[in-house]
Amino acid sequence: MAKVTPPAGKSGALPPNDDIGEAKRLELYRLQVLLREAEQRAFDLFLQNQIKGTSHLSLGQEAIAAGCAAAMQPGDLSFCTYRGHAHTLARGVPVEKVLGELMGRDNGLMRGKGGSMHLTSVEHGVMGSYAIIGAHIPIACGAAWRAQYKGASDVSVCFFGDGTTNIGAFHEGINYAAIHKLPVVFVCENNLYMEYTPIADVIPVKYPAADRASAYGLERILIDGNDADVVYRTMLKAFAKARAGEGPSLIECLTYRHSGHSRADPAKYRPEGELEKWKQRDPIKIYRERLKSFDFPDETMAAIDAEIKKIIDDATTACQAAPTTSTDILFTDVYADGGWAWRN
Amino acid sequence: MAELTYRDAVARAIAQEMTRDENVVFLGEDVAKAGGVFKATVGLLDKFGPKRVIDTPISEQAILGAAMGAAMTGLRPIAEIMFADFIAVCYDYIANEFPKTRYMTNGQVGCPLVVRCGGGGGSRFGAQHSQCIENWVMQFPGLKVVSPSSPIDVIGLLAAAVRDDDPVMFLEHKSLYATKGEVPDGEILDRLGTAKILRAGSDATILALGMMVPRSVAAAERLQAEYGVNVEVVDVRSLVPLDTQCILGSVAKTGRLFTVEENPRVLGWGAEVVSIVADEAFYDLDGPPIRITTPNIPLPAADQLEDMAIPSVDRIVATIRKSLAA
Ligand SMILES: Cc1ncc(C[n+]2csc(CCOP(=O)(O)OP(=O)(O)O)c2C)c(N)n1
Ligand SMILES: [Mg+2]
Repeated sequence: MAKVTPPAGKSGALPPNDDIGEAKRLELYRLQVLLREAEQRAFDLFLQNQIKGTSHLSLGQEAIAAGCAAAMQPGDLSFCTYRGHAHTLARGVPVEKVLGELMGRDNGLMRGKGGSMHLTSVEHGVMGSYAIIGAHIPIACGAAWRAQYKGASDVSVCFFGDGTTNIGAFHEGINYAAIHKLPVVFVCENNLYMEYTPIADVIPVKYPAADRASAYGLERILIDGNDADVVYRTMLKAFAKARAGEGPSLIECLTYRHSGHSRADPAKYRPEGELEKWKQRDPIKIYRERLKSFDFPDETMAAIDAEIKKIIDDATTACQAAPTTSTDILFTDVYADGGWAWRN
Repeated sequence: MAELTYRDAVARAIAQEMTRDENVVFLGEDVAKAGGVFKATVGLLDKFGPKRVIDTPISEQAILGAAMGAAMTGLRPIAEIMFADFIAVCYDYIANEFPKTRYMTNGQVGCPLVVRCGGGGGSRFGAQHSQCIENWVMQFPGLKVVSPSSPIDVIGLLAAAVRDDDPVMFLEHKSLYATKGEVPDGEILDRLGTAKILRAGSDATILALGMMVPRSVAAAERLQAEYGVNVEVVDVRSLVPLDTQCILGSVAKTGRLFTVEENPRVLGWGAEVVSIVADEAFYDLDGPPIRITTPNIPLPAADQLEDMAIPSVDRIVATIRKSLAA
């Protein structure tokens, strides 16, 4: 597991040779706070029954979404799972559009047609959130194939969980990307659990992605997924490799979800103390302390916190005021002609 | 006699069969320690242990493939595919392997297993977690298809499915898991291929399945109370084998046929039933058979959109009234 490595230099200030830099660090902090607060708001709105259906939150896993998004270029493509709010927001999709979708409002990203598990915003490079485990791994390969075919420089990034490494599509997709040296980065967010069952119960190795990388001729990459700097640096390397035509990377990020698997899950199956232990390694706490150690003044962080809080509050108000989706869209976009007719 | 939920009925049925026959084993994702994501299999691990109640990886092909190999060689596996929609990722077993083995091997190899899954809408889960998939599975000769609407039928039909020598798709409905019904004590065993007349009537026949059954009963009650229309409601329960006798008998009595189907319209089970009625009982009909279905669209997530898509009590009542008045 990669060590948490704050940049060398005299403590109390950003070193002159810092590879991340002040602006990026503040962006990483801001993104993580945004994701945390947006997910927390989604959770609160569920409790108030203002959001129906299901939801899968990334509370505790923010460093991965933030670190990846901060390393991506405009035009790079994200392929997310049902646990996709954070990855969608991290690419710059407005909070209002995400919350609106969760609330089934007309201002939602897909006007309520897709819901929480299918957030998609092509203009932000979010090529979809997929709710059938593993489906998007070969799909991301296809998008990367198009880039290779066309000589385009974009990279496709595919996010999935530990449990997803046991489905055929994972092995088929990773092998396919490896043999064609496709510009795709596979990011396995190992949060220790599938739905309610620990990943450790169903694999013969310790690390579900990293320990299998060699089977596809890929480097074993296992990192601290709660440290946004580590994620960011690892992603930069993977992107450079992909853009240089040297093929895919498979990155396993160790992390932990603070909430249950989904709205329905109180997560009673976790051993006592496990959550508390991981909260000591809360990615936002880690990052705030990092910034402090570099002498970023408290006010800088407080200003970001306040800005985010206002964004979330304004988005919530806007969604609550937005009309529910008009039912005339029930029959649109089934086919490319915009309608649903299959017979005359 | 006890009041039981549909979800508790699942666990009771599996326990009943596991107690009766040590060859019955049960596997699926999150089914053992967690008791299932729909909490329909709580307590089975404690009762029967990890050798017979197995948490699997997220590997639907391995689940169904292993179930088949075990079934071919003497076990009686019950496999859970959590959401019915996920059947698509292991469709080979359902389309090519289970149903064709007996035929291709000239009767040498059978596949006595049950695949349970939770399907259907009403939960605002969107297009990939809400589907009714009867029409994905009833087209394969060799495969049986059952879908209960009440706790007592869950037990009786699941027991019958486990004891059946053919592969059986057992389609539970997610929106029914919390519903309750009276269930007698002791062993319960029903018969596949039998429909149930839930409400006798003389003016029209409704055929329904799964969550459409309680909605159809409610619609029939309203038609009676508000409009004096006397509707017979038949819970089809088993699509393969199909109780054609019961269906044709009801149509002969009422002269009007309505199917209420949650699946999208094209190739829904009602299409097959209507074609049978047209072939075999055309002159019993006093009007066109009418199919009330979800339109041919993927299901939307937002609540008001989903409610508009799936047949509601209002839509059933309005369609039947309009048609009988015509
Ligand atoms: C093919 C398929 N099987 C099962 C499921 C149900 N399911 C949804 S999420 C999940 C657990 C996934 O675990 P993991 O890959 O670790 O991702 P996490 O939810 O922890 O982010 C399961 C089993 C599904 N959506 N698709
Ligand atoms: Mg996981």
